Amino acid sequence: MTRENDLSIADRVNDSLQRRYRAEARFQWYGRIAIFLGLAAVFLLFADITAKGYKAFVHTQIQLEINFDTLEMGLPANPTADDMRRADFDRVLQLAIYDRFPDVSGRNDRRTLRSLVSSGSVYQLQSVLEANPELADTTQRVWLIADDEVDVFNKGYISREVPEAQRRFKDIQIGWLDDLEAQDEIRVVFNKTFFANGDSRDPEQAGILGAAMGSFLTMLVTLLLAVPLGVGAAIYLEEFAPKNRLTQFIELNINNLAAVPSIIFGLLGLAIFINFFGLPRSAPLVGGLVLALMTLPTIIIAGRSALKSVPPSIREAALGVGASHTQTILHHVLPLAMPGMLTGSIIGMAKALGETAPLLMIGMVAFIVDVPGTITDSSTVLPVQIYLWADSPERAFLEKTSGATLVLLAFLITMNGLAVTLRRKLERRW
Amino acid sequence: MSIIQKTIASLVFITLFICSPLAQAQRDQISVVGSSTVYPFTTVVAERFGRSSDYATPKVESTGTGGGMKQFCGGVGTQYPDLVNASRRIKQSELDDCAANGVSEVVEIKVGYDGVVIASSYEQDVMHLTHRDVFLALAKEVPNEAGTALIENPYSYWNEINSALPNRHIEVLGPPPTSGTRDAFLELVMEVGAAAIPLVAALDDDAFSVVAHTIREDGVYVDTGENDNLIVQKLNANGEGVGIFGFSFLDQNSDSVQGHFIEGVAPEFDAIADGSYSVSRPLYIYVKAQHVEVVPGMQEFISEFTSERAWGEDGYLTDRGLIPMPEDERESFSSDAANMRAMQL
Repeated sequence: MTRENDLSIADRVNDSLQRRYRAEARFQWYGRIAIFLGLAAVFLLFADITAKGYKAFVHTQIQLEINFDTLEMGLPANPTADDMRRADFDRVLQLAIYDRFPDVSGRNDRRTLRSLVSSGSVYQLQSVLEANPELADTTQRVWLIADDEVDVFNKGYISREVPEAQRRFKDIQIGWLDDLEAQDEIRVVFNKTFFANGDSRDPEQAGILGAAMGSFLTMLVTLLLAVPLGVGAAIYLEEFAPKNRLTQFIELNINNLAAVPSIIFGLLGLAIFINFFGLPRSAPLVGGLVLALMTLPTIIIAGRSALKSVPPSIREAALGVGASHTQTILHHVLPLAMPGMLTGSIIGMAKALGETAPLLMIGMVAFIVDVPGTITDSSTVLPVQIYLWADSPERAFLEKTSGATLVLLAFLITMNGLAVTLRRKLERRW
Repeated sequence: MSIIQKTIASLVFITLFICSPLAQAQRDQISVVGSSTVYPFTTVVAERFGRSSDYATPKVESTGTGGGMKQFCGGVGTQYPDLVNASRRIKQSELDDCAANGVSEVVEIKVGYDGVVIASSYEQDVMHLTHRDVFLALAKEVPNEAGTALIENPYSYWNEINSALPNRHIEVLGPPPTSGTRDAFLELVMEVGAAAIPLVAALDDDAFSVVAHTIREDGVYVDTGENDNLIVQKLNANGEGVGIFGFSFLDQNSDSVQGHFIEGVAPEFDAIADGSYSVSRPLYIYVKAQHVEVVPGMQEFISEFTSERAWGEDGYLTDRGLIPMPEDERESFSSDAANMRAMQL
């Protein structure tokens, strides 16, 4: 050990210092780049879906002068609900359209003309008259939902530049639209139908209410089953269970279950709940049961780590002042572990909300028009609805697909936001 | 103790929830399963039927033909479906399965035709393909130039196959092996193309179907999933590619994709309807006649499906891309349906 040696060590440290600083700076930049790429991907995804989907929230309407002529409809005075249903609103609608475009003749052209407004318009007229019976035999200006092809054209998805032969939307139809435009009888407004209807094969009548209700009911069943069971299992395994081979085996299996592909749970649901217990196919009840099984491992694992993170001093203090084991856990440990458990549960539920694969096996990938009211009604869920629309030939379903994706994302963000807020609010730091 | 009490209370609640439906075995909603190709048509009929009648709107599941048949043939009783959509005829093995489970009265109804098209974006000129061209472009093994032996498919440009075709990379987006569209394509295009080549036609039956049904795996043919819309979008993004999908998607997207001629015929509505376009296949529904008395509205649903306003020349199903059958065929099948005339097993 001479002074020279000491000096050289100091020099060497000084020399390497620069390099080490540079290495650290580089490392930080790698991190920043990774975060930037991740954010850019998320941003692109959102921008793409929003750009494609925001137009699903508006739709085109056409104003027509409707004469609710009771004679033409075959509607008696003081009609009952049954009379209303049998009344010929088609006739009234046809007359209104022919009146608006009196120059159109020829069977084919008139057929095309009739399809300017949605085929569901007759039901709209029926509900207008049902709500206001005094409108019978009067003439009213009514805004009707436009046909999906009109809507697609009006929103600019199909260019006028495309040669007519290549378009489904012909020049004559464009002429009618321009005419309506000139008279201010066509407008684009907020699409209530999209939020108020169940599925339909007419894109302009299709809505997400049925799927959203299905998702809600399914999640309700999942929540009621998976959370109490998962939290209970976590508490028992973490706090009470003896540490032996059996509990080790159970623990290993829970961890394995968390990694099982979700479609396997669907097969299990089909075999047990439907074929063995005879529960109804396509019902949110069975969907909820299957998703609860799928979510359980996530909730148990999150619950156990939340319990583990409570400091031993809390337990020791409670036991020290004479609380029983159960009292210690229920009064002191559990309230402190609750935020972590809640977060785990909500994230598990959010994952279940986005699942389609297990639902295929139990019949929830289906066309269902009626909005489900109870957990045994046939229903579908939001991600399945997106899948079904994405697979439909009609062009107008393209924007519906993106619109429904936006709604699903809104649900997911709300749930994850709730998880973050709850954690912030209830979490205690030591 | 409140947490334990709450937990117990909710568990009781759940048990009640679970047990309640066990009591109700009856079903008042028609249940349809099966092919995703027939799904767009059956759902339209189901929706109209639900709106215009007092019966509940039928539930239509999209499970694929094979999966649907399996459930349909599972047995008689309300837990099994009433109808199955099929993009091919029922197989003898499936009928045997049905019979073994007591499903002895199955009514076969052909509902119309569906064309399979080979299409691409408007960036390309229309190609005039033959079955033979398509086979040579897509088969895994093709004859060598001398026509003496089978070799790995060497072609990567269309004009290598047929000098009349353009000098463009062969790049095909198509359905995966699980799809009914793929089955139809193999049977109607690849088999016919293979039979046109003497070396392959001379093989024995088993060897022939292996050669005819094996698509090349060197990246020229790309499985694009069951979603035909995706293929249409990819064709738009990639001007070079050629896609294989159902006619209704070509019909709906005629402003962005065009169909290639096959054996001199363009894939158009009339050509498919009169049979001159060769790549078309029949679509079926099968009805479990034993359920007609049990599930309300079945007979009415079938008669809506087989009515002229649905499947006729100007019916609403043709608006959705279904190719109607000739009139005599429609009459024969609608009378089968009205009388619930079961197939001979």
